[in-house]
Amino acid sequence: MNFSPHSIQPSRFFILLAIITGVAVVLGSIGWPTNEPSHKVVKDELVRKKAPDFELKDASGKVVHLSDYKGKVVLLDFWATWCGPCGIEIPWFTEFQRKYKDRGFTVLGVSMDDGGWKDVKPFVAENKINYQVVLGDDKTSDQYGDVEALPTTFVIDRQGRIASVHVGLVDKKEFDDAIQKLL
Amino acid sequence: MPFKNYFKSLPLVGVLGAVALVAQMAPVVTIAPQATVKAKRGSPATVTLKVNLPAGFHMNSNKPTDPNLIPLTLKWTGGPLQDGAITYPKPQLETYTFTAGKPISIVTGAFDVVTKFKVPAAAETGPAAQTGTLRYQACNDRMCFPPKTIPVNVTVSVE
Repeated sequence: MNFSPHSIQPSRFFILLAIITGVAVVLGSIGWPTNEPSHKVVKDELVRKKAPDFELKDASGKVVHLSDYKGKVVLLDFWATWCGPCGIEIPWFTEFQRKYKDRGFTVLGVSMDDGGWKDVKPFVAENKINYQVVLGDDKTSDQYGDVEALPTTFVIDRQGRIASVHVGLVDKKEFDDAIQKLL
Repeated sequence: MPFKNYFKSLPLVGVLGAVALVAQMAPVVTIAPQATVKAKRGSPATVTLKVNLPAGFHMNSNKPTDPNLIPLTLKWTGGPLQDGAITYPKPQLETYTFTAGKPISIVTGAFDVVTKFKVPAAAETGPAAQTGTLRYQACNDRMCFPPKTIPVNVTVSVE
């Protein structure tokens, strides 16, 4: 197949180019999630969008806002106890919390368990989760683009903007690289 | 190459995009419509639900290997048939990236959930609805989707 622009009229070639560019821009602007490792560790600063603030409770009933962590790099993990792939990532996040917490980093887990703390508390204890966990709700899920597939993880920069999104189980290195880039 | 042929290649962009999107959408589990179950008073009656889970997904079997996983469960909640003994599909033991080498007990594709009922001798004759729910939780090899409960409704004709 010959895709050379010389084989078609220039105006048509540019129309085609415009369509393809348009599709790419639209997909890029809605944060098109893919399972493939992104070529960029984090999005360019200019295209990062503000992470929606929320108000959720931790196991002690304390209200937690995302904005409480402003100035820190936050790894925001939507997960559930019944989600096998989430269970693989949690030890990584525990390690990141230990490794980077003194450099202005934190992990915040948002559990999407319908069963609430009776399911989540034992899991947190059993897996020695060393970061704050809150119970998620539909409103927060909707704010973050109707999070349905778990795990879905957002890496948020110090200015509270979403620097990368990871849907499904990805490589540990993808998170590590993103965190290091933002610290 | 004529210009119109370029448009033939354009759907590829859409297809790749659609594949990426579909990979992240929860699977739609279906139960095939069933013919009316004829049940004779004082005799056994069998209801077979034909369930289908799209390719590329699995759901936990009725007896998951990990207590945190949510089992496939059929519950009958109403209707003339009683004392249903449920037989779930035979599970497969599979390993995935996220199981760290440990097999998990799952079901995939099309399968039957069979219930053998007793029809009470005093059951009212005529058509009636036997109702229940099927609860499952599905995943693919990289992500999981929230547990779902779907209604089950079977027409029974008691004779």
